[in-house]
Amino acid sequence: MDTLVFMEDVTCRYGGNASARPRIALPNINVTRGNHTLLLGPSGSGKTTLINCIAGLQVVQSGRIEVAGADMVSMSIRNRDQLRGTMIGMVMQRLHLISAMTIRANLQLAQRLASRRVDNPLIERLTEALGIVDKLDRFPHQLSQGESQRAAIARALVNKPALLLADEPTSALDDKNCSAAISLLLDQAESHGATLIVATHDDRIKSRFANIVLLGAA
Amino acid sequence: MNQLATAFSIAAAYLREKKLATALNVLLLGLGVGTIIALVLLLAQAEDRMERDSAGIDLVIGAKGSPMQIILSSIFQVDIPTGNILAADAAPIISSPMVKRAVPLALGDSYKGFRIVGTSKDYLHLYQGKVAGGRLWEKPLEAVLGADAARGTGLGVGAEFVGTHGLAEGGGSEHGDHPYIVVGVLASSGTVMDRLILTDLTSVWELHEHTSPPAMASAPSTPAKQNTAKDVNHQHGDKPGNKHDHAHDAKPTPAGKVDDHEHGEDKKREVTAYLIQYATPLAAVSFPRAVNASSAMQAASPALESARLFQLVGVGVTALKGFAVVMMVCAGLGIFIGLMNALDERRADLALLRVLGASPTVVVLSTLLQGAILGILGVILGLIIGHVTADWIGQTYAASQRLAIGGRIWITQEWSIIGGALLLALVASLMPAWRAYRDATPELLAAR
Ligand SMILES: Nc1ncnc2c1ncn2[C@@H]1O[C@H](COP(=O)(O)OP(=O)(O)OP(=O)(O)O)[C@@H](O)[C@H]1O
Ligand SMILES: [Mg+2]
Repeated sequence: MDTLVFMEDVTCRYGGNASARPRIALPNINVTRGNHTLLLGPSGSGKTTLINCIAGLQVVQSGRIEVAGADMVSMSIRNRDQLRGTMIGMVMQRLHLISAMTIRANLQLAQRLASRRVDNPLIERLTEALGIVDKLDRFPHQLSQGESQRAAIARALVNKPALLLADEPTSALDDKNCSAAISLLLDQAESHGATLIVATHDDRIKSRFANIVLLGAA
Repeated sequence: MNQLATAFSIAAAYLREKKLATALNVLLLGLGVGTIIALVLLLAQAEDRMERDSAGIDLVIGAKGSPMQIILSSIFQVDIPTGNILAADAAPIISSPMVKRAVPLALGDSYKGFRIVGTSKDYLHLYQGKVAGGRLWEKPLEAVLGADAARGTGLGVGAEFVGTHGLAEGGGSEHGDHPYIVVGVLASSGTVMDRLILTDLTSVWELHEHTSPPAMASAPSTPAKQNTAKDVNHQHGDKPGNKHDHAHDAKPTPAGKVDDHEHGEDKKREVTAYLIQYATPLAAVSFPRAVNASSAMQAASPALESARLFQLVGVGVTALKGFAVVMMVCAGLGIFIGLMNALDERRADLALLRVLGASPTVVVLSTLLQGAILGILGVILGLIIGHVTADWIGQTYAASQRLAIGGRIWITQEWSIIGGALLLALVASLMPAWRAYRDATPELLAAR
């Protein structure tokens, strides 16, 4: 099986006060195509930083990051945008939906930005599975935290990405919805042969993954 | 194309989210554009009409008084004349070799608000008048109608009508015993001639010579002031308050030139004005002076008076235009401030767009398009406001003065106004677009 995501000796450093800059060393990972991996670690252990590194959203100090054989560190911004749009679906920890648009328009926008056709049946299927199909024509501020989180999961799935990155996708969900959301992520990844990387400190979903990478003190 | 459509959907959603600000900016821009367009439309038409109406007329000779009034009353047929002059007085002057053509005008009567003008056939040459039906007049009391006058009165060839004393609609007594007969209708010329009823000079003379003083006395007893306005050029000497009376009953004018009042009818015949065409441009130097030397007559230059009129009107127009420009600039500022504020609120949105794979182009376009959409909506509203206002003013004014001015035309100047407004909206969104480009770093999301 070939490697889709490869990280080696990556260190990051956040900006700000020079003396107070922590240097964050990230674990080496090697995720093969089609694999489902859980990044497990306590708060502050660098899960979000790692996910952002893979997505090309993080300024890296040293080390190597390769996604689908492409060097993310030296890649131009434009190419990174394009790669992210076409092959990566992201559920961000600070989930963000565009408040001026309905949930449906948010999902459609993700498809448009990935240069795909708007696929309403798919949008409806995904939101149905997540139990928010009746919320499609609402605006983000009319949704609960958990519903917003499920909408963000749906958005990550609308383009059937080859690589699914989910950062704390279940933090706001109750047990039932947590289970349903993880099932959907796994099912979608399975059915499209997509690679899934989930970062969490949520022990509830530990049992659903075979490959677990531990971060920090955990 | 795809990127443009995507950017458009984002821009539209953002404008929809801020409905009130959007509406206000569009309204402000629309009012500014509309005001300028209305002004430009009306001015251009007025200028065009004035130019066409006074084309080929180098000088007007009228009774002593305001030269502006002479021009307005005899060329444009809007104001009342300053009075009448004796044809005999003018004869030596207009027979000068410097004069190529002198077209007499005798005003005073009207029919349904259309002025009856006693003149010579030369008047038609001035405006390239063509007969659309019937023929020109051959003898007194035969009338030829301008195109608008024919439409407005509903008269056709063969119809008879009775002129009314005075220039305003519905005023004055009728010359009941002397009906005119319509012998011809003129083709539309786009000039003042269209709204006149033309007849031979002698018709007017005959009518008024036969109008005996008793008939005049039986005219509705209107207050003196009103009388002046309506009948100022009816020189029968029996009307109080008539300041410009050089009439045949010889109320003495200040200079007392009317010394031949007891001679024959011919000597008493009056003309309101002469439209003069020079034989040589050099005439402009000495001819007006020769006219003004005569105590009873006044020379008025259409070019000079038109320029003066536009200068007078110009002050108001400039002020209004300035006001409209201020409105437009405010709209531009409104767009700028609105977009800038929205950027701060939408920083996270911008970063998200990049996370979702949007190129910086889409991010910049979505901001520029917001300005462009506001600009286009404002321009559309402005065009509607401008044309409707011009039409409304035209209708109101045309109803009283029978001037064909309106808003149902398009002039090339409008393109530059549209271009200016769109440019303004675009310029107002340039800086926000640049900020959007700068702020839309996806690292921002990670770094929060
Ligand atoms: N913008 C930032 N500036 C400075 N330090 C930061 C910034 N973002 C994160 N860090 C630091 O980097 C380290 C890793 O943070 P990261 O967000 O990756 O942790 P995490 O595992 O996702 O935590 P959590 O479970 O709370 O989301 C932490 O020590 C954090 O304090
Ligand atoms: Mg995190």
